[in-house]
Amino acid sequence: MVTGIGVIAPGGIGTKQFWELLCEGRTATRTISLFDASEFRSRVAAECDFDPGASGLSQREIRRWDRTTQFAVVAAKEALEDSGVLGEMDPYRTGVMVGTACGMTQSLDREYAIVSDNGKKWHVDEAHGSPYLYDYFAPSSMAAELAWLAEAQGPVGVISTGCTSGIDVLGHAADLIIDGAADVMISGASDAAISPITVACFDAIRATTPRNDDPATASRPFDRTRNGFALGEGSAILVLEEYQHARRRGARVYAEIAGHATRANAFSMTGLRPDGRELAEAITVALDRAEANPADVGYVNAHGSSTKQNDLHETMAYKRSLGEHAYRTPISSIKSMIGHSLGAICALEVAASVLAIEHAVIPPTANLHERDPECDLDYVPLAAREQASDVVLSVASGFGGFQSAIVLTTPDWTAR
Amino acid sequence: MKTPLITGLGTVSPNGLGTEAYWAAALRGESGIGPITRFEPDGYPGRTGGEVKDFNPKEHLPSRLLPQTDHMTRLALVAAEEALADAGIDPEELPDFAMGVVTAASAGGMEFGQREMEALWSKGGAYVSSYQAFAWFYPVNTGQISIRHGLRGASSAVVTEQAGGLDAVAKARRHIRQGTPQMLAGGVDSALCPWGWLCMSRSGRVSAVENPSRAYVPFDIEASGYVPGEGGALLVLEDVEAAVRRGVDKPYGAVAGYASTFDPRPGTGQEPGLRRALEMALEEARITAADVDVVYADACGVPELDRLEAEVLAGVFGPRGVPVTAPKTMTGRLLAGGASLDLATALLSLRDQVVPPTVNISRPAHGELIDLVAGEPREARLTNALVLARGYGGFNSAMVVRREA
Repeated sequence: MVTGIGVIAPGGIGTKQFWELLCEGRTATRTISLFDASEFRSRVAAECDFDPGASGLSQREIRRWDRTTQFAVVAAKEALEDSGVLGEMDPYRTGVMVGTACGMTQSLDREYAIVSDNGKKWHVDEAHGSPYLYDYFAPSSMAAELAWLAEAQGPVGVISTGCTSGIDVLGHAADLIIDGAADVMISGASDAAISPITVACFDAIRATTPRNDDPATASRPFDRTRNGFALGEGSAILVLEEYQHARRRGARVYAEIAGHATRANAFSMTGLRPDGRELAEAITVALDRAEANPADVGYVNAHGSSTKQNDLHETMAYKRSLGEHAYRTPISSIKSMIGHSLGAICALEVAASVLAIEHAVIPPTANLHERDPECDLDYVPLAAREQASDVVLSVASGFGGFQSAIVLTTPDWTAR
Repeated sequence: MKTPLITGLGTVSPNGLGTEAYWAAALRGESGIGPITRFEPDGYPGRTGGEVKDFNPKEHLPSRLLPQTDHMTRLALVAAEEALADAGIDPEELPDFAMGVVTAASAGGMEFGQREMEALWSKGGAYVSSYQAFAWFYPVNTGQISIRHGLRGASSAVVTEQAGGLDAVAKARRHIRQGTPQMLAGGVDSALCPWGWLCMSRSGRVSAVENPSRAYVPFDIEASGYVPGEGGALLVLEDVEAAVRRGVDKPYGAVAGYASTFDPRPGTGQEPGLRRALEMALEEARITAADVDVVYADACGVPELDRLEAEVLAGVFGPRGVPVTAPKTMTGRLLAGGASLDLATALLSLRDQVVPPTVNISRPAHGELIDLVAGEPREARLTNALVLARGYGGFNSAMVVRREA
């Protein structure tokens, strides 16, 4: 059961601002301002206007923590406060599972430039560099910080599966509750990788958009003119609670994580099989585990990364798994507004899916003016719709071949 | 609740490439720890490591994979191939989605990443490899193994520093319960490049002692931290029915119990989580302390952490109540690979009914608390082996493997 939500997203800090942006169909992509990106092919990204001091972090925390950890901690604080669970949980029965694709990349990139004298020294200088390098080296440090914040002493860890991390980690956390290893899980994902090395490596494979002259419309999933994803950053952390635990304390329950599944395409580290079979299989298994039929799906929160390869792959996967219902169910990609924050994005998408259930509103796909002729489903162009959904499907597809799906339902749906 | 079987092992270690070479070296007490040769270690506080020797990737892997893989991924691919062959599984004969992969990672492909960051900062963004996007990232070993062997079942990657080698196997076990009958799981890791070495040394736990036989001596009064090494193990886990169906008659053992916990914030005075993890793992395995025949210790080499572990073991098993060993004194600590190698070693000891030794212990620091199998291997009747692993930051994991008669 999802009982708390915390969000750091481009366009506004906090869950409320995040949801308003999505409902209004506003975009938060802009020219990169976090560093001088003028030498790169793609200079567009969706950045968070994040002031760690104003968000309550101490000078010591700001100095010590990478931006990815800072996002996760601030989002977790919001989620814990939102749920009201602090003080009502047994530390031994509380855990943390957090996802990330890029970990502490920004700090590693910056510190490497320092200790190598801008790449001139292979034998990096021991006398320089942050005392916290080991925390940046292994991203499990982020899970440790969240565990201390939540006073969690149950199962704690990081799940990292590239761009499907957010779904995979929330699914894993839900499994831990179902299996009885924990009553409360603080779970979600964080990434803040808008950094020279990240921009360079996506440039090298031309995965990101070169639409630098019009950054606000750079991310355009399913549109005929889309030409790559816009890098993003952010974090969403949820409080998941065992059903009886939530009920006993009279918690507000937003939604239930009713099923999830992941499959590998065993095809390519970056490429997708055009037929969408593995993603379709993940969707089918996730729906089975949720005891839901394709026809029950009221809304699909898409991967919609704004690359041609993905958009076609994903469209095929929906047709294969949902059958005729694929043509009837609304499908939208919030990456059109907040970019692609790698591992974090599908936690943000699950948060958006939960909020879509809560508010009975389906967020739109912004910048979708002219549908790709091969993408012939209903992608909710430009404007949000007021429409209630009992069952929401959110999917992700990523490097390494990971294909994941998660099913969210209204709190009482499974009981019916 | 089903207890999946382990039916295949693949091992790469500083003291042996391949399971049988490693196991023979471990029983001989032969260490793979020595001066770092991969790069010039002058100027760094520690200069001793556990390197996998005589590894020529061209002999093991197709040439097209070499430009796109970090050293640790090459080692992982070799271990994966061995594990599948050892289990007698030909992935091409498996139904779709029948087998998945879960690996543990710590920092991804660190050496590959250093080379690309060097190109970025010294020459510019246009010089960064098109492989960087996936060659360094945490689940790279899962992805490359999955592609090489066509494994399309549920797959993942976990990061819990040095506890990950057990957590990955536990996650694989979960995928088996959820319907993927066969899994390849474990960790193979390396960060033996200057950048990785600098980061690791900032943990404050790397031994500065240069003498390879004195640098990593856990549970010894000279304990001075640990020696980083590279390598690990991958294990084939299998649903019992699937294993029976394909005629497996001698599995290495079963994953009988597991638990993971997290330590309280330092300074709160609360009890660390290691003992809880251990007791919960025994409970899940439905055994008592008296049923455990050998313990593979975490053996961090940091005096206060060694003391804590020795006290937990004496508390649960009684003083000197169970043989305790740390064959990782022959390999160093292998990041995300270490606990998987311990698990593989535990299974080999169940098979051959012998406990490999902890080496280089000259003056035990906790002789009144633990019965350390030091110097020589010890033959014993072994049914249940317990493996402990701790990760930097407060991660504790414990796993029980049981011999299947």
